[in-house]
Parts: sequence; C-alpha cells; structure tokens
Amino acid sequence: MAHISDLIATDIEQYLHQHEHKSLLRFITCGSVDDGKSTLIGRLLYDSKMIFEDQLAALEADSKKVGTQGGELDFALLVDGLAAEREQGITIDVAYRFFSTDKRKFIVADTPGHEQYTRNMVTGASSADLAVILIDARKGVLTQTRRHSYLVSLIGIKKVVLAINKMDLVGYSESTFDKIVEDYTAFARQIGINEFVAIPVSGLRGDNIKDPSAHTDWYHGPTLMGYLETVNIEDVAQHRPLRMPVQWVNRPNLDFRGFAGTIASGMVKQGERVRVLPSGRESTVTRIVTMDGDLDHAIAGQAITLTLADEIDISRGDVIARPDDLPGVADQFEAVVVWMSDEPMLPGRPYWLKIGTKQVAATITEPKYKVNVNTLEHLAAKKLELNEIGICNVSLDQPIAFDPYEQCHETGSFILIDRLTNATVGAGMIHFALRRSQNIHWQALDVNTKSRAALKGQQPAVLWLTGLSGAGKSTIANMVEKRLLALGKHTYLLDGDNVRHGLNRDLGFTDADRVENIRRVAEVSKLMADAGLIVLVSFISPFRAERRMARALFQTGEFHEVHVDTPLAVAETRDVKGLYKKARRGELKNFTGIDSPYEAPENPEIYIDTTRRTSEQSAEAIVEYLQQAGVLSPAH
Amino acid sequence: MNDTIHLTHLQRLEAESIQIMREVVAECERPVLLYSIGKDSSVMLHVARKAFYPAPIPFPLLHIDSRWEFRDMYALREQTAGRYGVRIIAHLNPEAVAMDVNPFDHGSQIHTDLWRTRGLKQALDEHRFDAAFGGGRRDEEKSRAKERIFSFRSAQHRWDPKNQRPELWSLYNARMHKGESIRVFPISNWTELDVWQYILLEKIPMVPLYLAAERPVVERDGTLIMVDDERMRLNPGEVPRMRRIRFRTLGCYPLSGAVESDADTLPKVIQEMLLARTSERQGRLIDHDQNASMEKKKQEGYF
Repeated sequence: MAHISDLIATDIEQYLHQHEHKSLLRFITCGSVDDGKSTLIGRLLYDSKMIFEDQLAALEADSKKVGTQGGELDFALLVDGLAAEREQGITIDVAYRFFSTDKRKFIVADTPGHEQYTRNMVTGASSADLAVILIDARKGVLTQTRRHSYLVSLIGIKKVVLAINKMDLVGYSESTFDKIVEDYTAFARQIGINEFVAIPVSGLRGDNIKDPSAHTDWYHGPTLMGYLETVNIEDVAQHRPLRMPVQWVNRPNLDFRGFAGTIASGMVKQGERVRVLPSGRESTVTRIVTMDGDLDHAIAGQAITLTLADEIDISRGDVIARPDDLPGVADQFEAVVVWMSDEPMLPGRPYWLKIGTKQVAATITEPKYKVNVNTLEHLAAKKLELNEIGICNVSLDQPIAFDPYEQCHETGSFILIDRLTNATVGAGMIHFALRRSQNIHWQALDVNTKSRAALKGQQPAVLWLTGLSGAGKSTIANMVEKRLLALGKHTYLLDGDNVRHGLNRDLGFTDADRVENIRRVAEVSKLMADAGLIVLVSFISPFRAERRMARALFQTGEFHEVHVDTPLAVAETRDVKGLYKKARRGELKNFTGIDSPYEAPENPEIYIDTTRRTSEQSAEAIVEYLQQAGVLSPAH
Repeated sequence: MNDTIHLTHLQRLEAESIQIMREVVAECERPVLLYSIGKDSSVMLHVARKAFYPAPIPFPLLHIDSRWEFRDMYALREQTAGRYGVRIIAHLNPEAVAMDVNPFDHGSQIHTDLWRTRGLKQALDEHRFDAAFGGGRRDEEKSRAKERIFSFRSAQHRWDPKNQRPELWSLYNARMHKGESIRVFPISNWTELDVWQYILLEKIPMVPLYLAAERPVVERDGTLIMVDDERMRLNPGEVPRMRRIRFRTLGCYPLSGAVESDADTLPKVIQEMLLARTSERQGRLIDHDQNASMEKKKQEGYF
C-alpha cells in the first residue's frame, strides 16, 4: 500500500505514531455506472496513492485495451470487475475498498446498481457513517437520485455529500451546479435529509477531488477528499443511554462469571448500578475486564467483559442498561421491513428474527403499506417481494429489549432468517413498540389474555352460534374451525352434544338445567378466550337471558353472537339426528321449537339464513367477518 | 455530558474482530481457527485471546501442514502451543504422505491442492468443525473485496457464490444445516498496514522470516527461493548464495518468493511496505500459477 507521506521515508516511527491515532470513516457511494461512480472511487484510490506499480501497469494496459477513455487511464477499471462477476451469475451485494490519507482511514462500501439495488444499498449503507450521492451534472436530480437518497435516509445516515460529477462536461457551469443543488434541496427536505454538502467534481479529470479545481473558482467549499478527511464523525453513540447486548457468558471456572459484549451505545463505569433486560434484575458493575487490564469505564464500540456484584441470571441476548434510562421491552412492534429474498415475505409465516445478540421466533403481519422507492408513494400490499420495502407489524414469541432504530441502530435493527433454508431473507428497523411493558417484573404483568393471544397472532374471541336443533350450527362451526386452522389460528370448538357427554353429563333438559348448561359453557369459553383462543360455541342456547349472561363475561368486542336461522319446518324436515320425530312422539321433553321456546337474537353480530346460503358460504361469511373485526390479526 | 473519547481505527477494527469471534463461539458448535503461522493468523490468534480472556481460547487451532513449511514456522508453532496453552491440531493429508507429494516432483499446483485444499477438507470433516476462522482480508485482492465475513460452504465444502447471505449492521446469521460449515474472516476489514501496525503495537510474536537477514537463496525465473533445508533440489550448477532477504508472505518454502531487503525491524518492514511499488501477493507463486483466480480457488475450498 503505497500510501505516501514524507514522514514514511524520513521518520517511520513518527509516521506510525501518527497513523496509530487516525480515525476511521466508513462511507457508501450511491450512483450507477453511468454516474461515473467507479471512476470516482478509482480516482480516490489513485489520489490517495493506493495503487501499486504492478496494479498501475495493469491499469495502463487495460485502459489501452478495454478502457473507455481513449487510451487515457480509466480509473473505473480499478474497481470494476463486478460487472464480469455479475455475468457469471455471482451475487454481489457490496464490495469494500480501503484507502487512507494522513488524517483518516477509509472503508468504502461500493454497491453495484441495477436490479438488486435496494437490497445491496441497504446492506452497504447499514455500516456507513456517511453517504456520497453521485449526480451526473448533465442529467441533474433523477429518479435514481431520489431512490438513493430515500434509502440513505431510511438507513439513518446523517452525513450526506452530493457529488455533482462530470462538471467538465457542462463547462464547469456554476448555474448548472446551483440549479441541481436547488432541486435537490427541495426534495431532500421531504425525506428528512436536512443537511448535505454539495461539491462540484470530475472523477475523470480530478477536479475538486483532492485539490481545489482551477475550473471552479466560483466554488469555495471543501474538496471531496478534504471533506471526507475532516467531517466530524465524533461518535455521538457514547453520549447516549448505555446499551450492551450480552453476547457470550464467560465462565472459565467457578470463580469467574463475566458477560462479554460490545457496547452498542453509551458508557459503562466500574461501580455503576445496571439493570438487565428483559428480566429487570439489577446489580452493580464490579469489573470491566479486558486482556490489557481492567478499565474504569468503557464506551460504545468497545468489546469488553463485565462482572457483576450479584449472582443474577443473565444469558446471551439480554441487554444491560442503566436503571434511569432503559430500553423498551415488548413482543410486538411496528417496523420497516426490507425484503431481500426471491421468495416473498408472507404474512403469518414464522421466521427467525435476530436483533443484537438475541434470536427469537417472529411473524409479520400483512404490510400496512409498501413504499415505491422511486416515487415514495405508499401502496397497498399483501406481501413483500424481493427489494420491496414495507411498514409491518412484527410479533415475537417472547418480549425483547429494544430501542427505536432512530435512537440506537444496534438495538433497533434486525434481520429475518428463513426457518427452512436458514437464508437471511429480510432486514428491519424498529419504529415503536405496539405494547410496551417497561416494568421490572414483566412476567407477572405481561402474561395475560393479550400476550397469549399475541403469541398466536390473533385476538381472543368467542363465536356463539345459536339456533334450532338441526339448523346447521355444528356443520358451519366445523367448517369455520377448519378454515381458521388453515390460516394458522388457534381455536377450540365447544359443541352442545360433546359437552353434554362430559362436563355437563349431570344436566338434563329442564329450564334450570339448560341455564346451568349455558353458564358452564360460557365460563369454559371464557377460560379458553383468556388463554388467547378463538372459541366456537355451538349450542342451541334458546334463551336471550343466558346468552346475555354469557356475553357479559367478556370484554367488548370479544363476544360474537351468530344466529344460524332456519325455519322450524326446514329444520324438522332435515332432522339429522331424528330428534324432532322423537319430540313429536313425546319421547323427548322440553325440546326447543316443539315444547320449549326458542328466543331468536334481536341484534346478533352475524345473521345466517341457511335457506339462502350453503354451509360453505356461511362459514366463508363468518371467517370474513372475523377478518374484518380484526380477530385474526394481533392486537395493535 | 462527558468529553468524547476517541477510538482509533485499530481499536475499532480489533473490537469488530472480537465481536465476530464471540458471535461464532456463541452460535456454532465446533469452531476452529485456521492457523497458518503467518502474520494474519497470528493477529487472529491474538484477537481471539482478547475476545475470551480470562478464559482460554475455547477452540483449537488447525494447521494444515505440508511438511514443506519453513523451519522457523514449525518453531513458532511449537512456541505458540506452549505459550498460550492452546491445542494445535497439525493435519497432514495421509494421501499426500503416502505419495510423498512435494513441489519438485508434482509441481506447485498438485502440491498445494493435495496438502492444503484436500488436507483442509479432510481435517474439517474428520473433526466435524462447523466454523473455521480464516485470516483473509478484503484488501488482498479485487475479488476478495466483496467477500462476506461469514462465508457459507456446502457439505462438500463448496462455496456457492449465488447463495451467500447479506450482512447488515453487525448482525451475522450463523444458522446452518448439519454438514454445512462457514468460513469466518474476522479481520476482513484490516489492511496489510493495519496488520503490521497491530503486530508492532501489541508485540505479537512473529516468524523471523518477515525480517531481513542473510539467508541462503537461489534465483529462479527472477524469483528468490530460500534453501531452507537439504530437501531443496538444486538445478545443475546452481549454488545457494547468502543474500539479505525477507518474506512478505509465507507458505511452503520452495514456493515462497523472497525480496531483497534491509528491513530488519518491524518499523523498517512497514516503511518498506509503505514505500513499496508492488502489491503483497506478487511474492506468492501459486497466484501466478495457471492464472488460477482466487474465485476458482475459493470455490474449490482453498482460502
């Protein structure tokens, strides 16, 4: 690496001392080949003297052979090679380049444009502190400029450089430059990029790359390299609240138990009180252990090992924080999801979700909308295809500690993993929790109807089917249950006949027994709904009062009365079980419709007229109703 | 608010490498560190000691031996085992032992393929390692620039370029099916300068061959080959001569090209490297052999 500094030759020790204290800047370049991106990166490498003689000789030869610059040095050839690989069908998301100057070391994430742009750019941008967005001065702000800028803003990169390239081809025109800056400013504000630095450059000619260009005397800002070398990237992360995801429990012997991890944000001090999430247990930091000796404090970015004063249960995936500034703990949140797989994201399908050092099972709801990355329009969507971005609710099988992505990238970002292929299929950034439980002892408070139902991706509900014997209640209830099962919902069907064989075998058909029969069934369905289930109750339940009593046991919106209406004459002709005949013969006493009244519901949630609909249609209608009522999605 | 504390680029690189190694140990069942005794694997070893301190390194080191390493390398290998109490598995491909494969009778390609590529597969299979740390760096070669940090291999150890996983933030997906494995490159983002500077700062023990000294060499096709032991076959009329040389990369000694140099201290080596006009891999003979691209080697399982 022929990085030239006079000190190297004259005083290597001094040079090394200087180099040792260099900072590190990671940035991403956004633009397509046509914008001269490869040429620009090649130019940066060349101008920072990163090119060796053997590479330069190869470059000269290649420039003559396949270059696009009429035999002059074609800097793009230094970094291309991606094109050829793409032809071979090799998946390329990001290539990383390295160079350094006297002031800084740089890592450049270079993403090829075209089809897979969203996936590639999001990947490259996720580790970048700064983005260089290229614009062809001849073309101005294009659709792709908007797309790149949106993705940069989505990933939360705060430092943006607008490199207006190919200035040599527009005669270094100040007005062209100003017009582009004006256009971009208007657009940038819409997507939340409030600050950016615009630099007129020519990657090909080297204008304003390393040295100020004589052709742009109207421009008084920094050169591209000058800006990259001096832009303030002082890590604000260390001034934020302490977060340390526990990565590995270090237990070499009985006398040492340390919690190894990289501090995601903030600072930890020896002697400080800390709390472990999600368990909520507290202790005091006794040591900050490293092989180079114990530290008094450690900051974001450092990989350390903590020991605590108390023997509390901590495992990989837990997050250590300070009790006065805690992360959220939740099992459901809204997030932006970027889909990265050829197989589409399907709502309800289980995936693995990895956040920080924690891996949990997750399902994703139907997107609230997806974003057209070119127009920023919000579009309705049932699923997400490769490179699509959607706003979705994510539901986990257990609560996790997290922060909104904009507050902490490390504790607010996740990847989604296919459970069959183990491929990384998506990435996400948390907006906010849908249900927050920051309480210390979440177990006691959080395991309730809602959390049990949320685990099942549904809301607790009782579908109370009432109607004459032979109306078709059980047939319809069975079909509904089958459909719900196919949708991955958790159900239970309480059928009049079945319950009477067991739980209610001691009850007869007197009015009192009928009331007790319904009371017991209502109480059982309440327990089941409390377990988060969708309970189907198929009972004649002829009396309004008992149905009202049952309804009163439930929260508003949980009890859904379904009147399966069949005229007595029709039910009697069906008489599947021969009960009407028996009743008519007087062998069955108190038979509803014959010698005991049926009080039809006055305001059922669902009314089914079986003379006008088949059982299938009826079941379909009920499932549709449940969908619309939100029963089949997790609570918000 | 506290004053901002600055982490240097080397501190950041070290922390990133530690995080990667801990992640592998937490998620994989049988990790191993591929130890070539060269400078990159020595840096990895040092970072591993830091990652798991005060516990000993929770995985063995694997040296895919060829019987043709420099004697100085074998010496450092023994010292390393003694010094850090790590377990070093030295694997010799029994096929290659039986055939007495060597660079002279079989040529560099067969020699490298049998000892290193096949040997590595054998050792990984035999010990059922599911994750192997390698010292590859992205700055080494153009095709390495896009290499993932977690690189997946099929049960047949093949690298499927179409089936690699995107790596976002510092979230690594180490899930795999039985029989599959990953190669993990914890120092991907280090450059050659970073490696040398880290070795200097951390005083990491090195094979002395990286420093210039008078050594017996012969010159073949413009390449300086060191005569490290009596097995070196000399061409008729060829006489080893003492020259002041050092090595930029190390491998089987008859296949490693030396450079003439006066750099007998680490700062001087770094100085020479920084002022050098040719890239690191020039001295590695196998890279020139048959135009074999790194891509092809990687697909075959060689690092």
